[in-house]
Amino acid sequence: MPAPLLDVSGLRVSFAADGGRSTAIQDVSFNVGAGEVLSIVGESGSGKTLSLLSVLGLIDRRTTFVEGRALFNGRDLFTLPPRELRRIRGAGIALISQDPMTALTPVFTIGDQIAEQILAHEKVSRRAARARAVDLLREVGIPSPEEAVRRFPHQLSGGMRQRAVIAMALSCNPALLIADEPTTALDVTVQAQVLDLLRRLRRDHGSSIVLITHDMGVVAEMADRVMVMYAGRVVEGGTVREIFEDPWHPYSWGLMNSIPPVRGAKPARLVSIPGTPPTPQDIPPGCAFAPRCRLRRPACAAPPPRQEAGGHQALCLIEAAERPGLRAGLWTAEGTAA
Amino acid sequence: MVDTFSETLSEQAAADIAAEVISRPGRGPWATAFRRLRRDRAAMVALGVLVLILVACALAPLYAHLAGTDPFRPNLDGSITLNGQSVDVMQPSTTGLGLGVTPIGPTWTLHYLLGADSQGRDVAARLLYGGQTSLFIAGMATVICLVLATLVGVVAGFFGGWVDTVLSRILDVLWAFPIYLLAISLSIVLLNTTLHIGPIALTSDSLALPIAIVGVIYIPYVARPIRGQVLTLRHSEFVLAAVGLGIPAWRILWRDILPNVTTTLIVFVPILMALNIVTESALSFLAIGVQPPNASWGTIIGDGEALLYTRPMVALAPGLAIVLTVLALNVLGDGVRDALDPRTKIR
Amino acid sequence: MIAAVLQRLVQMAFVMFGISVLVFLIFFATPGADPAARLAGRNASPETVQQIRHEFGFDRPLPVQYAIMMKKLFITQDLTSFVNRGEKVVPEILAAAPATLSLVAGAALLWVLGGLFVGVISAATRGSWLDRSLMILALIGISMPVFWLASMANLVTQSAYHDSWAFSWVPELGYTPLTKNPLRWFQGLVIPWLTLATLYVGIYGRVLRANLIETLQEDYIRTARAKGLSETRVLLRHGLRTSLAAFVTMFGLDFGSLVGGAALLTEVLFGINGVGRLTYIALGNLDLPMILASVMYASFFVVGANAVVDILYAVIDPRVRKE
Repeated sequence: MPAPLLDVSGLRVSFAADGGRSTAIQDVSFNVGAGEVLSIVGESGSGKTLSLLSVLGLIDRRTTFVEGRALFNGRDLFTLPPRELRRIRGAGIALISQDPMTALTPVFTIGDQIAEQILAHEKVSRRAARARAVDLLREVGIPSPEEAVRRFPHQLSGGMRQRAVIAMALSCNPALLIADEPTTALDVTVQAQVLDLLRRLRRDHGSSIVLITHDMGVVAEMADRVMVMYAGRVVEGGTVREIFEDPWHPYSWGLMNSIPPVRGAKPARLVSIPGTPPTPQDIPPGCAFAPRCRLRRPACAAPPPRQEAGGHQALCLIEAAERPGLRAGLWTAEGTAA
Repeated sequence: MVDTFSETLSEQAAADIAAEVISRPGRGPWATAFRRLRRDRAAMVALGVLVLILVACALAPLYAHLAGTDPFRPNLDGSITLNGQSVDVMQPSTTGLGLGVTPIGPTWTLHYLLGADSQGRDVAARLLYGGQTSLFIAGMATVICLVLATLVGVVAGFFGGWVDTVLSRILDVLWAFPIYLLAISLSIVLLNTTLHIGPIALTSDSLALPIAIVGVIYIPYVARPIRGQVLTLRHSEFVLAAVGLGIPAWRILWRDILPNVTTTLIVFVPILMALNIVTESALSFLAIGVQPPNASWGTIIGDGEALLYTRPMVALAPGLAIVLTVLALNVLGDGVRDALDPRTKIR
Repeated sequence: MIAAVLQRLVQMAFVMFGISVLVFLIFFATPGADPAARLAGRNASPETVQQIRHEFGFDRPLPVQYAIMMKKLFITQDLTSFVNRGEKVVPEILAAAPATLSLVAGAALLWVLGGLFVGVISAATRGSWLDRSLMILALIGISMPVFWLASMANLVTQSAYHDSWAFSWVPELGYTPLTKNPLRWFQGLVIPWLTLATLYVGIYGRVLRANLIETLQEDYIRTARAKGLSETRVLLRHGLRTSLAAFVTMFGLDFGSLVGGAALLTEVLFGINGVGRLTYIALGNLDLPMILASVMYASFFVVGANAVVDILYAVIDPRVRKE
């Protein structure tokens, strides 16, 4: 097996808080191979975005402490000098932000902003950079791109802006794209177009993609592998098939139950996970999910074991043999409750 | 599942603060703000300095009594005993043609601690009495400004319509008017007249005049943000609900609007005090503020201008008093704002 | 765009009208004294007062009085001082304008550069000792009354250390026109410039720092960093450019009001014969026509400057242009 493109291990992120440090990300490890799509799922505040921003060094170093290792093409991003890291940002790893409304600087034209990134990484003329910006905009499906390069962000619709952001991310042919909820802020029809675009990019350019989302539908459509995060921890990881057909962690069960089944009888109502995820200060010492877990046991007060089989892993003490029964029980309990 | 996701660091920190507030029962936002302010070392030092200045000014009569001087009466022929020798307060000039007299410089003793001014009066005593005047005017003007600005801002923001249009336009005009020119215009007209407001007659030597002028000129500065805030509150769900329930306007104002505006007002108190002290001192320096025989820090600096090269202490001391007071107020103001406004906690 | 400019100009006209009414009311409709006697100044003969009353229409209704006054101020420009007999005040104010402009323009250059420097450095190093010391200095600058600072500057440069190498180049107080002797003009204005700029460096530095820090939390700053731009470029191009809004607005207000006479105290203390000093002298001998004219012209200048800034603003921020 070749070395992965991005290999993050033992990532831990903590903030300086009023009473000492509070840890937001604990022991997160994952890797992305060439041409692979890894999807990171979880609720708001589960630390999906924060982990990736930390990897890119896009967090405030004054208030945030990052530990662990993040190898990109074999070089540790956490120990690289700022200059070297900047060379990787934008050229090696590109970021597509969640909200296209705020992701572009309002006072510069789209063309300026794309050309700026090209000029930051390559020795080309301003004119050549500008011409490439037009090509990129055309490639991401913006009508009349010659017109669009001269537009300011506020003059474009949300979908067009997200395309512009994607065009900018692609401008230096990055090996890895980090797409942070690229479709959340968009209309449903535009969502489908943007996902199509991402799929095409992967096919044509062979880019790897880390897709951060909370939408299990998007995951099923796009991902090769899935990582489920909860309260700053990886609670389950595996191939998309493993996660969808045989999830191990009760939290993943909850996530699965929150999507309507495509075939078979529809449940009386969709089930949600009760409660909200904890803030970094309130994370219990044992299993972080325990307070919301219907299958909680006394042993959950201790840190849960990590179970592994092949590439599939989960952070829970429920044994393989118990899983089908417990999960079915959860279903009926929910059903009768409804 | 929650469908919006935003995980910027600032929101994270805001959530931390919210959690901190929520997780401690019995501690309201006020207690939290107060606790935060108490932990702000710079603000606490500033508060200490302000208390010291206040106490010192309050003790002005004590100093005058101990030093045996009357800070409001000229003492051109007096003399004091210094190191067992009798020294004139007004000494023959040693510069120029030797004509005229020069007031005594700082003695660093109880008598004429900071020297005398051109009238032979004890500068230290005048400094303390002047401080009383300056702080009193600034304080009263702050109260007037806050009350009137709240009135204007709340009425404009709450009732809207043409009331808002008229009031906002007036505020716009006042806002565009250079503050010093406004103050000068008001002073020059009012100084030479006795103004009758109902049973109250304001004469030019009354402190009420500078208080009124300084109090009025910063109203737009406070009223505009208040109006904006009230406007937002007016269209917030809890007020709309209250209106829908038929609760009378005055009760909504009293129970829902005013408490929310109070935070803004408190943030303005130190800032306004600082502005008022500086403004009053400038007017008094120009001789259109506090009128003799009253003295304020501004008038003393004005007195010291003529003695600047011979007895710089006369102008130096009140100036330093202003700088120290205003600096302390500004530091405290920053602290109060940071404590009351959680957003600013993220640095 | 043109519609927006027109709208702004109409608004400007409205504010100017409002101010002229306000000034008129303050000077001539406040209770307590005869407006004609006020205009005449101290020790005026009853005949003069009577003549003024007739000339300015103080025996007629207020709107008429207002119209006469505006005509004398802006159309015929023949309002004369009664204290300094027969001196026309409007030309006198215009003659004093270059000195004020010299003072304010130089100070403005200094405070804009200083404010940018303090704000950017503090925001870039926020939390560090450098940031903290700059902010303390800025606060001290804000806390010093300008007239006192001017006194102290004079004390140091004209008296106490005038004979030392550091300040022996400082000429005597007063203003030398640029056209007469450029070097003297410059030398004479250096200390006034520094004095006047101190307060504003403090204010602008603090405001810019706060705005920059707020801007640096924006998503597009993260995008800019993710593009691989250098920290300097992110800060100066993406951060500073979008944080300048408040800075520019404030500049319009402050520059306008200083040229309009708010630099009065600085002018008086450094003996610069500008518009502010004219007002000050008029204050001393209760020369009401002079004060009236300078206040009116000054506030019009302020309002005009604000309108210009608002229009320029649309050039800086394309979002405004749309509306």
